[in-house]
Amino acid sequence: MSIGLLIFVFILAIFLGVELITKVPSQLHTPLMSGTNAISGITIVGALTAAGTGADTVASIVGTIALILATINVVGGYLVTNRMLAMFKRKDEERK
Amino acid sequence: MMDNIEVLFDFGYIVASVLFIIGIKMLGRPERARRGNMVSALGMLIAVVTALFECCLSFSLVIAGMVVGACIGVIAARKVKMTSMPQMVAILNGFGGLASLLVGWENYHSIPESNLFISIAIFLAVLIGGVAFSGSVIAYGKLSGKLSGKPIFFYSQQIVNGTIIIAILLCGAIFAYNPAASFSYGVFIAIICLALILGVLGTIPIGGADMPVVIALLNSYSGLAASAAGFIILNNVLIVAGALVGASGLILTGIMCKAMNRSLTNVLFGGLQAAVSAAGAGQQVQGEPHPISPQDAYFMLEAARSVVFVPGYGMAVAQAQHGVRELGDILENNGAEVRYAIHPVAGRMPGHMNVLLAEANVLYEQLAEMDDVNPIMDTVDVCVVIGANDVVNPAAREIASSPIYGMPVINADRAKTVLVLKRSMATGFAGVDNPLFVKQNTRMLFGDAKASLQQLISEFKEV
Repeated sequence: MSIGLLIFVFILAIFLGVELITKVPSQLHTPLMSGTNAISGITIVGALTAAGTGADTVASIVGTIALILATINVVGGYLVTNRMLAMFKRKDEERK
Repeated sequence: MMDNIEVLFDFGYIVASVLFIIGIKMLGRPERARRGNMVSALGMLIAVVTALFECCLSFSLVIAGMVVGACIGVIAARKVKMTSMPQMVAILNGFGGLASLLVGWENYHSIPESNLFISIAIFLAVLIGGVAFSGSVIAYGKLSGKLSGKPIFFYSQQIVNGTIIIAILLCGAIFAYNPAASFSYGVFIAIICLALILGVLGTIPIGGADMPVVIALLNSYSGLAASAAGFIILNNVLIVAGALVGASGLILTGIMCKAMNRSLTNVLFGGLQAAVSAAGAGQQVQGEPHPISPQDAYFMLEAARSVVFVPGYGMAVAQAQHGVRELGDILENNGAEVRYAIHPVAGRMPGHMNVLLAEANVLYEQLAEMDDVNPIMDTVDVCVVIGANDVVNPAAREIASSPIYGMPVINADRAKTVLVLKRSMATGFAGVDNPLFVKQNTRMLFGDAKASLQQLISEFKEV
């Protein structure tokens, strides 16, 4: 894949991100932040490769630690966001 | 045949990217936010499964790593209290940043002789990931009370920071041009250390009240670090997802800064400190506070036809959100119109108060934003301020010399009567005196917010 193309994708994604977030009500700022935080755990894809293909012991250890941390970020992030969003209730929904 | 499989992998990553985009879009709409989060989680699952097919020579470490990480993640997410959510988000964010740093390290360690572009990407992943990690750890410490929430300054701080940044850039240049040279591993480790130090030094001068900005910014960093990791392994899903998070974090940072009427540089470099010490000498609030007993406060609330609650960080500290909701329900049954006005930077992270009130089962429709509630404040009988200070400080409107002058505030003082639940007359995090507390229409109910609310509730129940 050419470097130019990767940078192209990056720039477009930045603009897309700005467009997506601009009009979010402040009630949702916390879940939005923890939800996007979970998405930033996408580095888990890099960590998987790192843990699975390490050239030597050091590389494998570094990669595995990366994988553990990224997995905590992903799993914890999504679950916590879900927990928060589950609490937001509207009039038409029954209170517990 | 190989080509077909490559296309399949790419397809998996494209689907994942699309699901992230749809998920973020849905997260911005209250009625679809929860499903949006699930859509984005599904995207993550697809990305991980695709990567599992693509990546691995040996699965033992991979499976061990994922099981350990998932267990910790599940336990942490289940156990964390809603009041601890800011530090939870901070530390998760730090883990993401550190993971990106380590991905960069592993790639460099395994293949030292890479081209200039990859070397720069490794440098950026390590730098941004390192700053995001150590910054988040400090933010975690401050938010959880393990470190003092006070901004920490030391002599010639800016010069030290500047020197570190220059050193990092120099090391980065040396590293990027000769990644395979024998001395470069040392330079690389130096970059990691300097990045970690920079994250610490960048976060310690930032006070507790500015934490919403910092968390949003660190969130942005961890996204950009993931993006940089994507450039290392030439994977578009990392680049796209990381860029989305980077952009959204920056937008949130901007919103938070605007809500405090301060620039990002001002928040990051602690401009408020100088302003407070300068103003502290001249500006003194004249007048005496008017304390009130719970009984009198009860009579006041009992007669009120419209009530607005303004919660602040004090409510989170006292864990008083359930008491607030209980009192709100009693007042509603008593015939009053009850609303909850929430300032964008109340609490320790963006939207902090909303989460706590939602936990206490306050309906979404009762939560009002500052701009909706200010125009009708004149018609409100009682405005109940619970553990909020700077966000209701009329000095921001009236006293041009005040350090927070110009910051948009909830105009609690315009209500017919203001009831302030507060522990003492201490100043808020900005360290600014609050003339609201001595206004003619303000009554102070001193004591722990939770205990005061319980007293009020029992007054109502006795009747």
